[in-house]
Amino acid sequence: MKPDKALIFELSRPGRAAYSLPECDVPELCADSVIPAGLLRAKPAELPEVYEVDVIRHYTELSRRNFGVDNGFYPLGSCTMKYNPKLNEDVARFPGFAKLHPYQPESSVQGALELLHTLQSDLAALTGMDGVTLQPAAGAHGEWTGLMLIRAYHESRGERRTKVIVPDSSHGTNPASAAVAGFETVTLKSDERGMVDLEALKAAVGDDTAALMLTNPSTLGLFEERIVEIADIVHEAGGLLYYDGANSNAIMGIARPGDMGFDVVHLNLHKTMSTPHGGGGPGAGPVGVKSKLLPFLPVPTVGRRADGAYFWDGDRPQSIGRVKAYCGNFGILVRAYAYIRTYGPEGLRRVSECAVLNANYMMRRLAPYYDVAFPGVCKHEFVLSGKRLKAFGVRTLDVAKRLLDFGYHPPTIYFPLNVEESMMIEPTETESKETLDAFIDAMIRIAEEAETDPQLVLNAPYTTVVKRLDEATAARKPVLNCSCG
Amino acid sequence: MKHRYLPMTEQDEAEMLRTIGAESVEELFRDIPRSVRYEGNLPMSGALDEAALLKHMRRLAGRNADFDEYACFLGAGIYDHHIPVVANHIVSRSEFYTAYTPYQPEISQGELQAIFEFQSYVCELTGMKVANASMYDGATALAEAAALAAGATRRRRIVVSRAVHPEARQVLRVTARGLGLEIVEVGCAPDGTTDLAGLEAAITGDTAAVLVQTPNFFGCLEDVRAIEPLIHARKGLLVLSVNPLSLGLLESPGALGADIAVGDAQPLGIPASFGGPTCGFFAVTEPLMRRMPGRIVGQTVDSEGRRGFVLTLQAREQHIRREKATSNICSNQALLALCASVYLSVMGKEGIRETALLNVRKSHYASSLAAAGGKLSLPFSAPFFNEFVVKLPEGADIGAVNGKLLKAGFIGGCDLGAAYPELKGHLLIAVTERRTRDEIESFFREMEAVL
Amino acid sequence: MSEIREGLAYSREHEWAEKRGERIVRVGITDYAQSLLGDIVFVELPEPGTQVSAGDSVGSIESVKTVSELYSPVGGTVTAVNESLVDSPELVNGEPYDSGWMIEVELGGDAEEAFKGLLTAEGYREHLA
Repeated sequence: MKPDKALIFELSRPGRAAYSLPECDVPELCADSVIPAGLLRAKPAELPEVYEVDVIRHYTELSRRNFGVDNGFYPLGSCTMKYNPKLNEDVARFPGFAKLHPYQPESSVQGALELLHTLQSDLAALTGMDGVTLQPAAGAHGEWTGLMLIRAYHESRGERRTKVIVPDSSHGTNPASAAVAGFETVTLKSDERGMVDLEALKAAVGDDTAALMLTNPSTLGLFEERIVEIADIVHEAGGLLYYDGANSNAIMGIARPGDMGFDVVHLNLHKTMSTPHGGGGPGAGPVGVKSKLLPFLPVPTVGRRADGAYFWDGDRPQSIGRVKAYCGNFGILVRAYAYIRTYGPEGLRRVSECAVLNANYMMRRLAPYYDVAFPGVCKHEFVLSGKRLKAFGVRTLDVAKRLLDFGYHPPTIYFPLNVEESMMIEPTETESKETLDAFIDAMIRIAEEAETDPQLVLNAPYTTVVKRLDEATAARKPVLNCSCG
Repeated sequence: MKHRYLPMTEQDEAEMLRTIGAESVEELFRDIPRSVRYEGNLPMSGALDEAALLKHMRRLAGRNADFDEYACFLGAGIYDHHIPVVANHIVSRSEFYTAYTPYQPEISQGELQAIFEFQSYVCELTGMKVANASMYDGATALAEAAALAAGATRRRRIVVSRAVHPEARQVLRVTARGLGLEIVEVGCAPDGTTDLAGLEAAITGDTAAVLVQTPNFFGCLEDVRAIEPLIHARKGLLVLSVNPLSLGLLESPGALGADIAVGDAQPLGIPASFGGPTCGFFAVTEPLMRRMPGRIVGQTVDSEGRRGFVLTLQAREQHIRREKATSNICSNQALLALCASVYLSVMGKEGIRETALLNVRKSHYASSLAAAGGKLSLPFSAPFFNEFVVKLPEGADIGAVNGKLLKAGFIGGCDLGAAYPELKGHLLIAVTERRTRDEIESFFREMEAVL
Repeated sequence: MSEIREGLAYSREHEWAEKRGERIVRVGITDYAQSLLGDIVFVELPEPGTQVSAGDSVGSIESVKTVSELYSPVGGTVTAVNESLVDSPELVNGEPYDSGWMIEVELGGDAEEAFKGLLTAEGYREHLA
């Protein structure tokens, strides 16, 4: 049996140190001479005492127990796990970007402001919007910001609209964001093809409709073909259309939310714009709006004066306020900007074409072995159902675990909720045909294993540093820190 | 087109289309109505080759005054601390930064253990029982704390000190609007801390929580021991926002009776990066554990009895609760939490205390120079950590002063007049362990000279 | 097949109700409900003394991956909650009709009236079919 990996706290030996501090070159006053004893720490924080080699080996070993896009294929649907360009990492670390303070005089950060200003206008062009805030830190944060904008818009018109409509296939963040923005959620059932049911939508809208939130292509990887009619129905009722940009990788340069009738859009830069997911963050979720919502955007945005100088534009009396401290996740915005400039508009269009071609190819090749939830063309991702393996006692979870033994990150599983035993596969454009073929072959082999030797699949994985973990005990008797103190 | 990130060859494309049964890539977009198709090229920035792009980015970076070239005396929530060299090496390991949320624990033990250690570090520093995997930043963490307090107490009123970071209060206001909470602000006493009499008067039987920051926005240490009984007497919660580095020296929120402790981990080895991304932390007492927003990692065992880590208490999470959610955060700042963990591992028990002490010594040396120079005065008498307020002579133009300081190689202090009209002509000055005696002396000499 | 115990009343939201004495009704979730939820990890129950109407949400049941509301099938006053679920929520998985019970409610109105809207074991079996 492989031994447990030690915690950093377990490596501690009193007297060791990994830090190097400057000599104190000012008078060495005692803390208690300037700070009352009651505010000073009675008991030191019991942090580990290790030296630098311990630190490096510990975290290097942890990194070896992790799997990222650089380790292999990561077709996690809805998350757009594309290649994270190394140039972007390098430029974000330039001292002229990484070692800046948000409150420096504008004259001392003109390069940073120029970058933000250009990114605002590039993202507006990409989405067909009239203005963009770069403040939100993540997709969910962008959703909430967008809904607060919608709320402010309706309120400014003296209207009290309390309901946000979301399709049943939507990501759980949509209703959650609506709830924390103070709206009630109305769930809309999809039709048998996974599309918005227009009759149901007509019945759902009314003078209390604030917005319809839509992901297009949807979480099923399908384009809402009747988007123009959908937009008309919502707008006629006085509501606005919110675009969840989670799936923008399918349509860059091909179709723009603004032209489809959407009024507010958020983008996930950590999906579409290749910024690394970082193990769960940081991301960035800029929000774009049509002109009628411009007065409500968070402050500040970046403006440009007639003389070409860039400045923080905080003059927006109807603004909803501020949704994050400082100016958003600047380091992520630098990466996204660099990404845009590696491709330009023609290149971004090609990105989406390749992403869609890859997804359709995989869907077609896997169709004989798994059930395609919604046949036809897909966009950048597609949904399979593992329901036919249930006859052998094998579930989608087991297929996912078995994929680990083949060196792959599994697809998103059990989402969307309206497909039984679902697997959502998103290859992205940065994967080669050989990679797709090898993954497809592994999926086919697992389907065969499920039939001939289900136990093999049920006991997977075999090659990982730990086997399946007891999640029930973890949640029943939570151990959430090592309580070393 | 050929591009270094795109593997698709003409032959691949032809073979794949044949498998699909499509004539062209265009056919795969037939489901998008013509009327909403975009024709032509978007009016966006154009493509650059690798060398040209590097040059362009260097040009943009070169138009900014960075901490390598300028001695930074700006703080106000973002600080120029020394970042140990190893931190960047570890967060640059692509096994960490190119991974997503650890949904598959068997191949994500590294990230999961790193977060578990981060939670342990936060608990150790703050003296709280449980911590989550991190929040977007300190400001949003504070707003989430208010939301949690309102939910836990079933009360709607939030009392917040005006000495809390102005931007954090702005975020709090937007959040409160969404959730239908009432925000009541309490002003400051002449010494630079929260007005206790005003605070006591603002706390009602419907007050969910009192939100206090210490060191507060002016750098002053709040008298938390006096604040704590005021809110607990009315059965509300005490939310403390703290600077994590100060906890090397200052009493922990847990020991001071906080129910929720939040803050921004930027001082712990995270680059200032023009204000983001940083990393908020969030810790609570045990009874509030299952109400905590965000992600949490827990320890468990695998089917062979080995120790392992998983995302746990997931049923609390917003994407499960959907419209019943009380928060909508569904990610964390994992990479920056890792950065903070590496920093704390490097510092250890002794290093964090010594660093905090160096901050106290340098800032106090600086404040003594400020007071001695003649033109500046120190309006606040409360004890402070590494930041303090100076008052400029009547009529001084802060913009012009900071402009001149910049020319002399200094990034000057934060102009308080913007957020606090009553503090027009006041500067907030931060002095970290990075500032040498020579820089501190030159800075105040220069300031006296330009005034 | 999940167990449907004879002699109990059932709600369409998969709670069972059992009359214990004149006015007291014990409430839990059905075997079907617990199997749907999977490993139950936490149960949040109301304070005794809470007034409830039939159909009110009175608590929540968390499993590893999801959370579900507990609705009271009858109206009245909560007189007791199953304290052993605090430390052992898995009892709901193991014995949903016995040691996994959740709350007891003292009926506010007429007993016969209270049970009128609920299903019999047979009716619940049909509801699941």
